[in-house]
Amino acid sequence: MSLTILDNETLGYGRRAVLPEVSFALAPGERVVLLGRSGAGKSTLLNAVHDRLAPAHRVALVPQDHALVPQLSVLRNVLMGRLDDHGALYNLTNLLRVRAHDRAGVAEVLAAVGLSDEIDRPVHALSGGQKQRVALARAWWRGGSVLIGDEPVSAVDETQAGVLLEQAQARFETAMLALHDVTLARRFATRLVGIRRGAILFDAAPGDLSDAEIAALYAG
Amino acid sequence: MPRLPRSTQAERWTRPRVLTLFLALALLALPFADLSLGSHDAGAALARMFSGFLRPDFSAVEQIGRAIWLTVAFAVAGVAAGASAGLVLAPFYHLRGVRWLCIALRSVHELFWALMLMQVMGIAPMTGVLAIALPYAGIFAKVFSEQLDEADPRPAQVLPRGTDALSRFLYARAPLALAVMKHYTLYRLECGMRASAVLGFVGLPTLGFQLDSFFRLGDYGAASAIMICYVVLIATIRLWMRPALAPLWLLASVVTLSLIKSPPMGSGALMRFLTQDIVPAPLRDGWDGAALWEWLRPLLVSEALPGIIATVLVAQIALALTGALAFAGFGLIVPRVTSRAGRMVGHLGLVILRSFPEYMLAYLFLQVFGPSMLPAILALALHNGAIIAHLLGREGEEILPSLRRDAPRGLTLWGWELAPRLSGPFIALCLYRWEIILRETAVMGLLGIATLGFYIDSALAELRLDRALVLLLVTGLLTAAVDRISRGLRRRTGRGEARHFRDECC
Repeated sequence: MSLTILDNETLGYGRRAVLPEVSFALAPGERVVLLGRSGAGKSTLLNAVHDRLAPAHRVALVPQDHALVPQLSVLRNVLMGRLDDHGALYNLTNLLRVRAHDRAGVAEVLAAVGLSDEIDRPVHALSGGQKQRVALARAWWRGGSVLIGDEPVSAVDETQAGVLLEQAQARFETAMLALHDVTLARRFATRLVGIRRGAILFDAAPGDLSDAEIAALYAG
Repeated sequence: MPRLPRSTQAERWTRPRVLTLFLALALLALPFADLSLGSHDAGAALARMFSGFLRPDFSAVEQIGRAIWLTVAFAVAGVAAGASAGLVLAPFYHLRGVRWLCIALRSVHELFWALMLMQVMGIAPMTGVLAIALPYAGIFAKVFSEQLDEADPRPAQVLPRGTDALSRFLYARAPLALAVMKHYTLYRLECGMRASAVLGFVGLPTLGFQLDSFFRLGDYGAASAIMICYVVLIATIRLWMRPALAPLWLLASVVTLSLIKSPPMGSGALMRFLTQDIVPAPLRDGWDGAALWEWLRPLLVSEALPGIIATVLVAQIALALTGALAFAGFGLIVPRVTSRAGRMVGHLGLVILRSFPEYMLAYLFLQVFGPSMLPAILALALHNGAIIAHLLGREGEEILPSLRRDAPRGLTLWGWELAPRLSGPFIALCLYRWEIILRETAVMGLLGIATLGFYIDSALAELRLDRALVLLLVTGLLTAAVDRISRGLRRRTGRGEARHFRDECC
């Protein structure tokens, strides 16, 4: 049984259709990677899937621009992944002084992404790669059944990216990511979806796709 | 008749045309304005004052110190209360009720608030604090809400969906705008210092009161001393008002103000004010439409109307003079236009004129020239002209590095490079000041100039608060109308160029 179905729907911003008449399904346990040039419609599809899933499932999101609060510490930015689990009073007091058990929990996910030493630094003082790892830590801290990420490892080096994707695989039953590194994508995905000019060009297991078929996505 | 195409409609309001229109309005107003030198011997008065000002006398140190400290205390307490209320209101500013409440709060000048509050609370510390806090709450709510809107919306968008509104605001909205909000509050404190000083002229124990006493005694040396202290205090505000020290200043202010003894008001003053005093006289025994109109018509015809005419006359002439002064004067503080020494003199002059609120300058000029519209016009033009010149000069300094390497110097640079480039911001700033000038013009009636404030003051003096309230409403509507026209013109001519100046004028 599928988690989500888009049935012949037209997605876009305002009146502009980015993905006309698209159909898409996601089953539990799948790891889908979207491939395609920038502007092809990957983010549009990710956002649509996120919006369909979020009401009924616990979804962790890593948006392309991270959407962190630069003035707050790494610790508080990561805590934002679970604000909906608590009431306003709990969150307010946590903002003023973070509870010990929350801090310990966040420290654990920060250790996983290699940011233990930065826990109390404000996010604006971090490098681009560090910021991205804060966004990932926020998703790890949130947890849940589905991870949705838009280029979630674009700002870290290849080795780190591999490690982080392995963590993603271990932490979330189902995942849907946009990636631009085809090698990483082949290693991580159970399903590769190629998007070109607003249409799904292929949707298959990595083993069933040749490098040439994938390269055609980026050609001309 | 063929309809004008849209582009022609927009072209109707080009900058030169707007400029010509305002100059023409000022020239038209000129023959109707009372610009006489009322005082028979202005020269002698001026000479006496000047000789006193050149010999500042700090011996009345106790009175000077007390007046200055109370000016700070009222400003700090008033701005803190206003900012807190504004912060609470800001997230709800998009609700029509809240927005209208804020517009009403800030459309009434601090001095008018003080005069009304005195009817309820007497000359008490709370009167002064609320007179600043109430209009400032309306201003803070508006500006804070704009600053929150301008902050990056993305962090709030990616928060988990079930996150409650308060957590959403505190984690993902407020931290993003906190820095600009702090900056704005500090700047508003500077405005609050001016407002607080001026509150002395209606009887609160701040600088204006002490200045007035010194003048009545003819003690120009002491008046000079207190004004020097005041300018220094405002010019150094960024040194003594540090965010870390703010709680300390606030605590000291609250303690000081709570120690001031004030005559007790009879109990039920507030209820009487709300249910009796401000209710139109013919309605106090029940609804009577005919009597209300009989009461309202003469008030509108013989007080509101002449008040509006005088206010607009003064404001339009002052606005044109403001523009002329600012345009001629901004080069004074730009490198490559003026020498280093010249710039220092220019800065000093502009700082002094900026520090003194229009009302206080008008009070000073009134001592010299006697009662007419002239002191008001001069005060408004000098203060507002100095503010615009300061902002334009700073802008000019910023565009210097982008000019070509062989750009001219001195007046040629001013005329050929800076003036044309800054004409957009110049007009936008003048239009922005227009509303402020009008507000201040109305309130100058309290000094005896026949603008709207004069009629409000008279009504209050006769304890006819119902009439004062009607005139206050008229003043608010006039200000709102000018604000609307000004915003429309700014949109058409300036393309929002003055937006980043918004926070820099009071």
